[in-house]
Amino acid sequence: MITAERKPLEEIIEYVRPFGKILLVGCNECVTVCSAGGRKEVGLLSSALQMAFMKEGKMLEIKEMTLERQCDPEYVEELSGHINQVDAVLSMACGCGVQEIAQRYREKPVFPAVNTKFMGASERQGVWSERCQGCGNCLLGLTGGICPVARCSKRLLNGPCGGSTKGKCEINPEIDCAWQLIWDRLKALGQEERYSDIIPAKDWRPSRDGGPRKIIREDLAS
Amino acid sequence: MKTESVLEKILAAGHLAVTSECGPPRGALPEKVKEKAEMLRGYVDAINVTDNQTAVVRMSSLSACILIKQLGLDPILQMVTRDRNRLAMQSDILGAYAHGINNMLCLSGDHPCFGDHPMAANVYDLDSMQLIQVVRKMRDEGRFQGGDEIENPPKMFIGAAANPFADPFELRAIRLAKKVKAGVDFIQTQCIYNIDKFGKWMKEICERGLNEKVSILAGITPLKSAGMANYMRNKVPGMDVPEELVKRMAGVPKKDQADEGIKICLETIEQLKTMEGIRGFHIMAIEWEQKVPEIVERAGLLPRPQV
Repeated sequence: MITAERKPLEEIIEYVRPFGKILLVGCNECVTVCSAGGRKEVGLLSSALQMAFMKEGKMLEIKEMTLERQCDPEYVEELSGHINQVDAVLSMACGCGVQEIAQRYREKPVFPAVNTKFMGASERQGVWSERCQGCGNCLLGLTGGICPVARCSKRLLNGPCGGSTKGKCEINPEIDCAWQLIWDRLKALGQEERYSDIIPAKDWRPSRDGGPRKIIREDLAS
Repeated sequence: MKTESVLEKILAAGHLAVTSECGPPRGALPEKVKEKAEMLRGYVDAINVTDNQTAVVRMSSLSACILIKQLGLDPILQMVTRDRNRLAMQSDILGAYAHGINNMLCLSGDHPCFGDHPMAANVYDLDSMQLIQVVRKMRDEGRFQGGDEIENPPKMFIGAAANPFADPFELRAIRLAKKVKAGVDFIQTQCIYNIDKFGKWMKEICERGLNEKVSILAGITPLKSAGMANYMRNKVPGMDVPEELVKRMAGVPKKDQADEGIKICLETIEQLKTMEGIRGFHIMAIEWEQKVPEIVERAGLLPRPQV
């Protein structure tokens, strides 16, 4: 999933301060799963904002909505009946959702209430960690199902570097050394010989370096 | 011979090679570079010039290498893949060769989080293994990484680092084999304090026949004090300083600790001289460069051969 974390309240307050009436929009997808911007967080942020402004003697009217998917024009359309009644939109979706609103409602300011973080997985209750950088040309078949691009601090395709210590990364003892994980996994699979193959310099074009990316499925495109 | 490198010639002639390093200054100070390099004249065969070591901004390795080359000394251009993409690195390699620099050391580099610009973007377009492949392709095939032909290809004698003390240990010899496969000519190792562990690694290197394909220079760093020994033991990732060494340093009065450190370093060199596969020494006297001539002399590594 795409993970996100709510921005500090002070930053959000500064975004919405000029306005009297805002639409606060959550998303029912990834940000709900990572407890950053679903229906529940929309309610909590709404109360926090109202309390903060009340202390200043200012009224902020907030309309709360949570869309099924904020990155999908079909659902963003659901805001059309409400958008003219507000001065601005505050979105709790990932950056994709915020931009979808900006694109559909060109004359309405929209602000992000969360910082979009990474594509990751849940490690345990309340802990998420990065798993994928969307490089566009998956290497997991060569590396025992563990991604060096996303999980090695230096994204070394032929690690580990000389800083791997007791299975941990030199930059932080909380971070696993991706290449230790890869090696352990190759051993468990009986594929140690795979380590001896040099992974060649990566073609980064399918990644962000090739410019903004787009997928066109001719069979589906209308 | 693959190159015009003096270091290559010395190794090919079967001599024990000696290299040391010069860290460029944190300012536009050419005299500092020259001063440090002059200190090593006649004592080493080539001088490594570090590339923003510990991720701290310094004068570029390439410009300091040029200054050293102009003195008639032989620099080894260190290049980390952290700061620049393959375009920038290949253009610097052309520039270096145009100035007569013909030794390189291919490294991944310390992560920016350790340096003075922890907020910097982390490039890693290539890793050290792939940089070795690029430099070799430039030299042996006369082609850039992208495939185009090079006019007057740079002929670099290609070095890389190896740390036998990092984890997982069982991977360390296999990893060196990968660097050999990538095309490395010489290796400079991490500082050696734990000779037993280093010996185990070297044994595996020799069993795999890698010592026939690559020249291994043993990394030597004299301990300056018990404090330094302790710090290296506990705080530096991938460094293995045995407790006995820390105790030995702490066991002599503070004023004599530096001498004890030099003694340990000389004993280490002596032991390594007879170890199968060792082709020379890379002496990194951190913040203590003026000691290198004395170490080389007392280790019986003088005079440096003329080739």
